[in-house]
Amino acid sequence: MLQINCPYCGPRSEVEFRCGGESHIKRPGPPEDVSDAEWSEYLFFRKNPKGIHFERWLHRFGCGRWFNIARDTVSHEVLHEYAIDMPAPTIIEKTK
Amino acid sequence: MSGYRLDKGGYIDRNTPLTFSFEGKQYSGFDGDTLASALIANGVSVIGRSFKYHRPRGILGAGLDEPNAIMQIESGPHTIPNLKATGIELYDGLQANPVNAWPSLAFDALSINSLLSRFIPAAFYYKTFMWPHWHVFEPTIRKAAGLGVSPNFPDPDRYEKRFVHCDVLVIGGGPAGLLAAQAASRSGARVIIVEYDPEWGGSLLNDPKEMDGTTSDTWIQKIVDELQEAPQTTVLNRTMAFGVYDHGLIGLVERVTDHLPVSSRSGVRQRIWKVRAAHTIIASGAMERPFVFPNNDRPGIMLASAGETYARRYAAAPGKRVVVVTNNDYGHYCAQSLQKMGVEIVAIADARLQKNTLLPGQIDLNNYPVFFGMTVTDTSGRHRVRSAQLHAIDDSGKAISGRSHNIDCDTILMSGGWSPVVHLFSQAGGKLVFDAKAQAFIPTSCEQNIVCVGAATGEYSLAKNLIDAAKAGSNAASKSGFKCGSMAVPSVEGSEASTVRAMWQVDVSAIGGSEQKAWVDFQNDVTASDVKLAIRENFQSVEHVKRYTTLGMASDQGKTSNVNGIGVMESVLKKPMAQVGTTKFRPPYDPTTIGAFAGRRVGENFAPLRALAAEQGHKEAGAKFDDYGGWKRPVCYLQGAETEAEAVQREAKAIRHGVGIFEASPLGKIEVFGPDAAKFLNRMYVNIMSTLKAGQCRYGIMLDENGVVFDDGVLGCLKENHFLVGTTSGKAAAIAEQFEEWLQCEWTDLDVVTDNVTSAWSIINVNGPNARDLLQKFDCTVDLSPDVFKHMQMREGRLAGVSCRIQRVSFSGELSYEVAIPWAYGASFWQALISEGAAFGVCPFGIEALMILRIEKGYLHVGSDTDGMTVPQDIGFGRILAKKKSDFVGRRSIMRPDAVRKNRRQFIGLENISDESPFRVGAHILPPGKVAPPAHTQGWVTSSVYSPNTGKPIALALVERGTERYGEEVQIWDLGESRRAKIVRPGVFDPEGRRLHV
Repeated sequence: MLQINCPYCGPRSEVEFRCGGESHIKRPGPPEDVSDAEWSEYLFFRKNPKGIHFERWLHRFGCGRWFNIARDTVSHEVLHEYAIDMPAPTIIEKTK
Repeated sequence: MSGYRLDKGGYIDRNTPLTFSFEGKQYSGFDGDTLASALIANGVSVIGRSFKYHRPRGILGAGLDEPNAIMQIESGPHTIPNLKATGIELYDGLQANPVNAWPSLAFDALSINSLLSRFIPAAFYYKTFMWPHWHVFEPTIRKAAGLGVSPNFPDPDRYEKRFVHCDVLVIGGGPAGLLAAQAASRSGARVIIVEYDPEWGGSLLNDPKEMDGTTSDTWIQKIVDELQEAPQTTVLNRTMAFGVYDHGLIGLVERVTDHLPVSSRSGVRQRIWKVRAAHTIIASGAMERPFVFPNNDRPGIMLASAGETYARRYAAAPGKRVVVVTNNDYGHYCAQSLQKMGVEIVAIADARLQKNTLLPGQIDLNNYPVFFGMTVTDTSGRHRVRSAQLHAIDDSGKAISGRSHNIDCDTILMSGGWSPVVHLFSQAGGKLVFDAKAQAFIPTSCEQNIVCVGAATGEYSLAKNLIDAAKAGSNAASKSGFKCGSMAVPSVEGSEASTVRAMWQVDVSAIGGSEQKAWVDFQNDVTASDVKLAIRENFQSVEHVKRYTTLGMASDQGKTSNVNGIGVMESVLKKPMAQVGTTKFRPPYDPTTIGAFAGRRVGENFAPLRALAAEQGHKEAGAKFDDYGGWKRPVCYLQGAETEAEAVQREAKAIRHGVGIFEASPLGKIEVFGPDAAKFLNRMYVNIMSTLKAGQCRYGIMLDENGVVFDDGVLGCLKENHFLVGTTSGKAAAIAEQFEEWLQCEWTDLDVVTDNVTSAWSIINVNGPNARDLLQKFDCTVDLSPDVFKHMQMREGRLAGVSCRIQRVSFSGELSYEVAIPWAYGASFWQALISEGAAFGVCPFGIEALMILRIEKGYLHVGSDTDGMTVPQDIGFGRILAKKKSDFVGRRSIMRPDAVRKNRRQFIGLENISDESPFRVGAHILPPGKVAPPAHTQGWVTSSVYSPNTGKPIALALVERGTERYGEEVQIWDLGESRRAKIVRPGVFDPEGRRLHV
């Protein structure tokens, strides 16, 4: 069980949160201008990196706010927490 | 009968004798015994039958590594299967039974398997019992190869969970753990130290030393006292760390009352601690390995350290004539120590040549015969070992023909080297390496703040381990920001430099020995030849060998067998153990009570139901309750002797002829405010919401982004920029969360605030032709007259002086008001409706009657009449879609080819033209020309009831091209019955909807 540092409430156990999956996905539109391929890319295709993953979490049983984290999917280390509307930080991956 | 109680010594209380039973026979022991030590002291040799071959087995170890002594204790609700006798503290009246012997230990009917052992190699059962299917044979085979029996009663015990944070967690209360905890505790850091055993001291309990000029017992007591007095330190014995998880989360299970007689237990039996530790120090020690030689599983063959533990800690001598077989110095220390306690040592076989040992002067080699360069190659004896056969071994470890001895004995103590207990470290993600000096896998680095100290590192010098442990304790505390003074490390006598000769398996090929009887894993009956067979069949990875042979599985998880098994693999695969590697260590370290994980979330607390505002009123009206989406709601109200089905029919009829009341409080109520509220709702709903005027209501459908119908409800406009969104009862929380997700993550430019007020307002639905007349009896500021308060409108006002929100909306097709008032007034409003309603013959009705009414009207119920593939076009929303130009959630998805294909299943009604009973929900609609499967299903019945108001069974369904097929007769396949139906428009009662507008 992870310990996640909510930017608004501080460190809390994973059970208080909901993971919303990969962050920084742009919703294409307007609908009539979006091809089937483009839409399926948006709907179904997700990164699955071995390493740094930018993902959004909801502090569901806390402040109710969404925010982003950068998490190492190998070590589960959370390297950054940042506001939902902030761009993904640049992170130099540790060589393993 | 070979073990016996020594006259003196031990940490047992000889003034407190205890009686206990094993396999129905009475024995006695002392306070301080474990079940295992008491059995040994009573001379019991056979304590179990092996898993597969039902061979007689004795106690092998003295701790959680024990593979053989698996017990079923107590009976009835308190019975617990598969406990290790070595971990059970003896109490008065304890009842224990072996788990795998029928009819008895002495005569086990299935021991015939042992004679057949060469025919039952690894995976034999899977390979043999294939036709017609493995599952036909599995129950019988599982019974023959079983462990204990789970209780048939609810667990009578209570459990609880506790959550704590600490700076330093120390796992293990031996010398290294205690010193590390002391170092950390003195800094003022929050420290927790846990020990599985009831006693503190670890290895010092078996091997007392002089420390700082005093006894180790005194030294231990001083530290434990100090730790117990330190206000920030928690000291937990009888507590096992069973799992290490992410970010310093460690699971502990504390055995609070297990050591007490069942009748004197009270309160919580076990407690789970979820510890979030900034730093963890693992001082879990090391476990000894057995030798793998033919017939190494006979009762009386034991780990050397276990033999010493029984004698030293419990004054239970393991036997009367002891042979020690070793490949390292410990065998000599053990033999000498036992001899000093009065146990007869008949010989030592040391696999090393004498020149390769570093035995110090304190080891006297003249007390008993010591055979260097020799090892045990076979044993004899049926219910107890009777002799050991020794052979000389060559440089490669192969037994040499000719040079042998036969030694009479009743006990063989094995010291095959030591394996650090790396389980928890590995669970934490720590890396292991194979260390040639220690001949073991030892811990290296870990991403988490976790270090090992003491014998868990593969270092066995106590003096050195104490220095490192003190350092580790101080380091952990200072990294947490505490100041540490310098720590005095106690001086200890003796040096423990040792060498170990790798002996993963005694090679008996040159002397005609049987590998098929050389056990690697005692608990699962896996022999060296099984491991080799698996490799021959190309299971080369250590994980595959584990699963194919079951090596290292079951309740001991291979604590004595894994490393030897990897050693056997090395010899066959011809690749070093470092490359073979270990299997992945996973929690729990030792089986942990499931009830403890459940804690208090059992029975009513498992999934607590929410109560309605007027629950008491419903009870008084005769409600029968059930769980609807987490709410405890009336199914119907029973009158007199009527059945549930009769009540539902009566209620459904009464509403259309008079007035009924229904508590609809669980309906979701989400307020949406702000200048962009209408724009936001337009994006969330298929329908256009921005044209809604104050006081108006509109039905809305919501999709998920895949275009699937997710929810429906009535949205009301309270005033400009302020909406009240109604959701279905089950989805209130989910939709409130969805709103926030879109607002916070996607449309951050919208100025909107949402508030889920579901539980702030109770709703009573007043429903039926007389609804208005009944409500007009109340002092209400809202004008209900039909020309000013029309269908699909809402009003705010005061009812009996309390604020209210009234929506004139209907799920029954009748005149209907949903009256919302603050939750606290819901109960009294219900009572007032009952008493005022008496004159109207008011009928309280439950969910099932409402379902009949809505099915009569053909109103869809999301989740019943829709599924995970239903798009709005399927349920008659095509025209609304065509009108709406702007984007909304799911819009693009319902433009995909699959969503617009012509043969989609559509929402329609079915008229039963076969008989008078309703179709079953889920019955299939067959294609033309088919009367039975196999056939392509054209759809299925989604809702089906007997309609009291039309006097016939009616149904709703999703059927391919349904809306083009009104009037067509179709075949229904209904659980083996073939029936006929006609496709009709949904809504057979008042299809023009006149009754809504009265």
